[in-house]
Amino acid sequence: MMNAVDNALAAFYSGERVAVLATLIKSARGDFDAAEDALADAIARAVVRWPKDGVPERPGAWMLTVARRLLIDEARVDARRNASNSFAVWGTSTELVDENAEFEQSIEKDAAVVDDPLDVVHDERLALLYTCCHPSLSTNAQLTLALRTIGGLSVREISRALLEPEATTAQRLVRTKQKIREARVPFTIPSGTALHERNDVVRETLYLVFNEGYTPSEAGALRADVAGEAIRLARLLTVLTPGDPESLGLLALMLLHHARRSARIGDDGAIISLEEQDRTRWDRDAIQEGERLLDRAIALQKSGPYQLQAAIAALHATARTATETDWSQIAGLYGALRFYMPTPVVELNAAVALAMVLGPEWGLAQLDTLATERGMADYHLLPAARADLLRRAQRFDEALVAYNDAIRLTESSAEHRYLERRVSEVTARMQLR
Amino acid sequence: MRYLILIYMNEQQFLSRTPESQSSMTSEYRTYMDEMGAAGILRAGDQLQPSFTATTIRVRDGKTLNTDGPFAETKEQLGGYFIIETDSIDDAISWGGKCPGARHGSIEVRPLVVQPMAGKAADVTATAAASR
Repeated sequence: MMNAVDNALAAFYSGERVAVLATLIKSARGDFDAAEDALADAIARAVVRWPKDGVPERPGAWMLTVARRLLIDEARVDARRNASNSFAVWGTSTELVDENAEFEQSIEKDAAVVDDPLDVVHDERLALLYTCCHPSLSTNAQLTLALRTIGGLSVREISRALLEPEATTAQRLVRTKQKIREARVPFTIPSGTALHERNDVVRETLYLVFNEGYTPSEAGALRADVAGEAIRLARLLTVLTPGDPESLGLLALMLLHHARRSARIGDDGAIISLEEQDRTRWDRDAIQEGERLLDRAIALQKSGPYQLQAAIAALHATARTATETDWSQIAGLYGALRFYMPTPVVELNAAVALAMVLGPEWGLAQLDTLATERGMADYHLLPAARADLLRRAQRFDEALVAYNDAIRLTESSAEHRYLERRVSEVTARMQLR
Repeated sequence: MRYLILIYMNEQQFLSRTPESQSSMTSEYRTYMDEMGAAGILRAGDQLQPSFTATTIRVRDGKTLNTDGPFAETKEQLGGYFIIETDSIDDAISWGGKCPGARHGSIEVRPLVVQPMAGKAADVTATAAASR
């Protein structure tokens, strides 16, 4: 019995949690805190109730119904609290608060036999996404809220991802939710031109959430559930705007990366480089879907950064062996990507891809030039890339120094283990000579 | 002649105030507003939500740039105000962007504190009428 409850709860977390939360926020008229509290309370009740009564037929519907009833109860308490002690001190603007709301029902009674309330949630999940990415919120506020609500990450995990103290993350979350509530940031999918104007930001945030699941900053295992939720939302985005090639490109990119998830981390928890991954463990269905989506996007004839990145990922995913990788085409695509994204990571990848064609010594010279550019000095992937090129060039002494530099700069434990393995490999090669 | 009275305060202190100072502040402001009401000079006055709920809008070359938070630079001074009533911040931002000042200065949109009024709609209308 206990096992069935655990399984049902785990399935709820990685499946319907975001859909239920989004619907609750809508019911709470944009009050994220009230919705999160109601959901946490409903989950606590499920933990007590389900082992006795059995897991309901539709756990998500049960959770939503119970949480909604709690929300109504909460709203009544809030109305009283507001009337007595609140932020309000003075002012001529007033609003009616109905104190006479009747509330008399058993919260958990018949929770699973209501009309299917999950019918409408697809829209609410997108509404949640667009609200998290509202232009009146700072980029950091958008990402923090999206990681919390869509990704389901803890404040601690988010603070690690954003490299800041936990208190800073916590305060930003509180203030962001308060702004949404007090400034009436609407909990809706925008329409018309506003929809398309806001999609760039939405895609960027969604991809950052995906990456936090795919390459977590926090030590420990990959968060397939976080990446999976980002994929589900990207899929909804392509349904909402089927003619937008960049949304198709984003979904294709996520699927092509996600296809490699079971080959990316070794039994020892170290990252396995693309070159060394067991390609038979890649998810062929996901790769094929990614390719089909990319074809659809390209047919719309409007290039963009997500389509380019997806095209690069597709070339990796369809190479039968690492040596068959079409590096010259990949280098060309990175060249095009630099136009949209002149960032250190793209510059670095462009140089590394071209070095695969022109040789490691050429790549090392490129990296030396890159290292002098602004923002590159503390970038941990730079010494890691340098170390790999030095290793390929058989300059093991220098490779060892560069790997140790990279270890000092990275926070991720999976990357640490990868780099440490390279250090022992290079050390072994040095002793052979 | 109409005049605007601006209230500047230490927001951090205000946010961490005690229940006692909250209630004394409330009664002080109530007395002040009653006095202004009795003198027949009060047109409108509202408390603002904290500065982190603000959105600053600039329109440059026809492009609207939003940033979150209050307008903090010191080169420009407060030049006027409008109080508008819309359904959401989207409409408020849209109106803020249409303001001529958005094209050379900055427009800060900040929600007003709405006083909760318990009771039936009729009572509220009566109270609102009495305060005019």
